[in-house]
Amino acid sequence: MIPGEFDYYSPSTVQEALSLLAEHGDEAKLLAGGQSLIPAMRFRLALPAVLIDLNNIDGLGYVREENGHLAIGAMTREADLEGAAVVGNKYTLLADAAQVIADPIVRNMATVGGNIAHSDPANDHPAVMLAYGAEVVAQGLNGTRTIAIDDFFTDLFENSLADNEILTEIRIPTPGANSGGAYVKVERKVGDYAVSAAAVQLTMNGNTCTAARIGLTNVSAVPMRATNAEQALIGQPLTDEVIEAAGQAAAAECDPSPDLRGSEAYKRDLTRVVTKRAIQKAMERAGGGN
Amino acid sequence: MSKHTITVTVNGQEQTGEVESRLLLVHFIREDLSLTGTHIGCDTTSCGACTVLLNGRAVKSCTLFAVQANGKNVETVEGVAQNGQLHPLQEGFWEKHGLQCGYCTPGMIMSAKYLLGQNPNPSEAEIRQAISGNLCRCTGYNNIVKAILYAAEKLNAPEEVAA
Repeated sequence: MIPGEFDYYSPSTVQEALSLLAEHGDEAKLLAGGQSLIPAMRFRLALPAVLIDLNNIDGLGYVREENGHLAIGAMTREADLEGAAVVGNKYTLLADAAQVIADPIVRNMATVGGNIAHSDPANDHPAVMLAYGAEVVAQGLNGTRTIAIDDFFTDLFENSLADNEILTEIRIPTPGANSGGAYVKVERKVGDYAVSAAAVQLTMNGNTCTAARIGLTNVSAVPMRATNAEQALIGQPLTDEVIEAAGQAAAAECDPSPDLRGSEAYKRDLTRVVTKRAIQKAMERAGGGN
Repeated sequence: MSKHTITVTVNGQEQTGEVESRLLLVHFIREDLSLTGTHIGCDTTSCGACTVLLNGRAVKSCTLFAVQANGKNVETVEGVAQNGQLHPLQEGFWEKHGLQCGYCTPGMIMSAKYLLGQNPNPSEAEIRQAISGNLCRCTGYNNIVKAILYAAEKLNAPEEVAA
């Protein structure tokens, strides 16, 4: 299928891209990896009059630790995230997710910033970043600001970026001692969206959980945290009963829609299961548990 | 309508064309350049039949605009054989019966070529992972995996010394 007509611009700096964005306003879409946008354009679900291609801007692809966080450039390809040694060593939740986003060929084009800015609750990074308590850096013509991930996702495909801002970086706080994370996703086949997936980041003191953040994928209209499930863990020794209670809390607080991937009841129960499995794995990685 | 003149190096040859912004790379390759080895199997970035190498990386050419390839290198299945000699991957698909209908084969070969460039000694599991973005409806994948293992072995074997 053939996309609708549009004007194409290929700026070489962020400033140039911001000027184009200011000029064309909401008629324009930013093209990052294009692995969601171009399929949407082929189905004419998206009909932007102007595309501003970010692929020829140097310096937006990097993964590095600095000032107590992991900085990920918005145009970092998922495949490069997957291959970054620092991610595999210390950011296990992110490393888990990096291996199950779309498929390996798509990951050669797809970008971390695009995955987040698209703000699709079916994408994997939103839940991961919610679990990490990440920050997003937004650049505008008048400077940059950071947005806490909890304030970023506002509606289906909507976020708190202004029309004239570009997401340029994601910052993940470096996990402290005795913390661990995991992403557990159930998908029908490689490349499909999750039926359900859970992103969990925990801090343990012996067997007791002292901090927990949990994000869920594709079981709500807006990327969500499972705050009741988090509360079920915090301050508790992570026994089988406590983990089961957290799984049940996640199943109750999510809001899945029935579709070809399953009924609402099935997705709720699967959310219970993936949440429990991710907690178990995160706990083991944090060096706690039974 | 927005038109652009682009120059793309395809299988080592510079190709210049005037394209609409909305022209997908796969259509540029198949229709403008008449290189029909690259296939279109779906509309949803799922099947990988259109896989080509863009500056050495395997990408789905149905999910990229031709204008994005301006100034870049593209390798298609037509560029894999050299001087009339089949590449070990092509030979492997032949020897190990890695295809039946052949529709997925160009994409499989390009994904496999990318893999072997990154990892000359892949395990069976790594091969299965690397081709997990390419769908085959005939073979059940087993013979494709054998074909890629065959190619890896052949590429790693020391050159035969001419007598």
